[in-house]
Amino acid sequence: MRSLLFPVRVGVLAVVLAAALATSAAAQPSSPIARPSPDQERALPLVALGAQLFAGNCAKCHGDRGQGLAPSKENVGPGAGGAGPSLRGVGALSADFYLRTGYMPLGDPHDQPQRAPVLFGDREIRALTAYVASLGKGPPIPNPSPDEGDLGAGRRLFTQHCSGCHQVVAQGGIVTGARVPPLQKATARQVAQAVRVGPYLMPKFSKKAISDRELQDIVRYVMWTKHPSDRGGWGISNLGPFPEGMVTWLIAIVALVATCVIIGKRVSS
Amino acid sequence: MSWLGRILIALLVALGLWRRRGDDEGERIVPAGERSPRAELVVLLLLFGATLCAVGFVVIYAIDAIGNQTQLLGLALGLCFALVAAALIVISRHLVVTEDNEEDYPEPGGDQESQAELTEILRESNSRFTRKRLMAGAGGVTAAAMGAALITPVASFGPWLDTDSLKETPWRRGLRLIGVDGLPLFADQIEQEVFYTAFPEHAPRDVIGSPVIVVRLDPAALRLPPERAGWAPGGILAYSKICTHAGCAISLYRTPKFAPTQPRPALVCPCHYSTFDPARGAKVMFGPAGRPLPQLPLMVGDDGILRAAGTFSERVGPAWGGVRGKPRSV
Repeated sequence: MRSLLFPVRVGVLAVVLAAALATSAAAQPSSPIARPSPDQERALPLVALGAQLFAGNCAKCHGDRGQGLAPSKENVGPGAGGAGPSLRGVGALSADFYLRTGYMPLGDPHDQPQRAPVLFGDREIRALTAYVASLGKGPPIPNPSPDEGDLGAGRRLFTQHCSGCHQVVAQGGIVTGARVPPLQKATARQVAQAVRVGPYLMPKFSKKAISDRELQDIVRYVMWTKHPSDRGGWGISNLGPFPEGMVTWLIAIVALVATCVIIGKRVSS
Repeated sequence: MSWLGRILIALLVALGLWRRRGDDEGERIVPAGERSPRAELVVLLLLFGATLCAVGFVVIYAIDAIGNQTQLLGLALGLCFALVAAALIVISRHLVVTEDNEEDYPEPGGDQESQAELTEILRESNSRFTRKRLMAGAGGVTAAAMGAALITPVASFGPWLDTDSLKETPWRRGLRLIGVDGLPLFADQIEQEVFYTAFPEHAPRDVIGSPVIVVRLDPAALRLPPERAGWAPGGILAYSKICTHAGCAISLYRTPKFAPTQPRPALVCPCHYSTFDPARGAKVMFGPAGRPLPQLPLMVGDDGILRAAGTFSERVGPAWGGVRGKPRSV
């Protein structure tokens, strides 16, 4: 029976794996980046280069002048055009964040942006950021210095504002309708940007809710979570009560029961 | 010493005088064991200590001002159990008759004769005790104290008899909304995609009917029931921050960056992910909550500050027997 089923199982596994790979590949745009020739790129001034890159890679969803496109039957779906929010007034802060995390470009407008390899070069990103910033008055790229932040205050603020979704050691998780990214790969600047942008389903935090000073503390704490000090001993991936419960039930209780059995055997013999 | 100590001493004296009658009946099955008053004294002291610990647990629980309360509670209860365990060990080692048996004890539920035999074995097995009633009394007192200690934390479940405070709210028409920083909330400062926590001015913040969560949605996206028209000036909505499932604070706001292709805005409770739709009167979209979040009608004063235009649409708080009905403003 087993030998008969085995190839079938392998086949099913292969299909599942292939499907998973295909889905993850679909999150990235199928077409490569459209860019001018290297000589032209070097020659063009920053905003002009940004305009060209935008027209080639972003305008399909965000509109030819960054005005945004509403979805319709024609422009959403595989192979069709796209839909996306207006970029007027989002500023250099948003553009820099989305491009340097690899969140943009996004393959399907219905997907959640995920951290991915960055497809643009550094000068290209600066060009696109300058172009988006020129579309309307918006916030500049922040420059947090986490070393000046207060770790304790950061932990308190993170617990208050962020840990409900991102988990207290910033390991991420799942909320209704979205995956919450872990923050271990985020740079200090990206954390500061995300708080003001509120990517995907995350809320924005105004300066009234979290001041720049407090934001610096939060960034300091998030940087600390990349290498937390596990004072209790074994951190168990710092994932919280579930793995800790598993350790309790699968290891500690088994050890206790084994001890009891051994004691019982010694007494009866 | 405590009154309990005195009672114990009184018991000791009274029962000490009332010695048990001597062995009367004829043939024994279990041989009479050697008596050990010293072991009995040790058991009594251990039980007394356990009782003290159990009473200490109740006292520590009752006095909130004690620092490190949790640790002390654990210590008291742990010591109590340890002392009882020690008492039981002393009893089993020194005060229970042990005998070497060649044959098995008779099965319980057998014929009349073996039943009587079993009862006799049981009765005679405590022959090493000199002060049976005192020991039983001490055991009873300890058990009662432990029972009291174990049942005391039930008081933390919340009010039992006086539930009026759960039906009250400080909100009434005209009260201004005050932010976490103590400053009033101005309507034109409320941004979309941001959530705010607010409290009624001049009212306690730590009562269940106090905190509200304030969000602004596109007025065109609102789908409020018709009787709530005008409750959301400029698309600004206020709902109770207390989840209607288990009373946690709603502290997650799901808000799409691009509404057409992303999930709808939602207020989410971090405890069990009850998800409420702010555009539709906080109807439950997902999760264990059984009813919508109560909505607070808003208006904008002449000074541009957000004010309550009335009280909550329903009673605030987690699910319980008396939660249906209108709240009372105090």
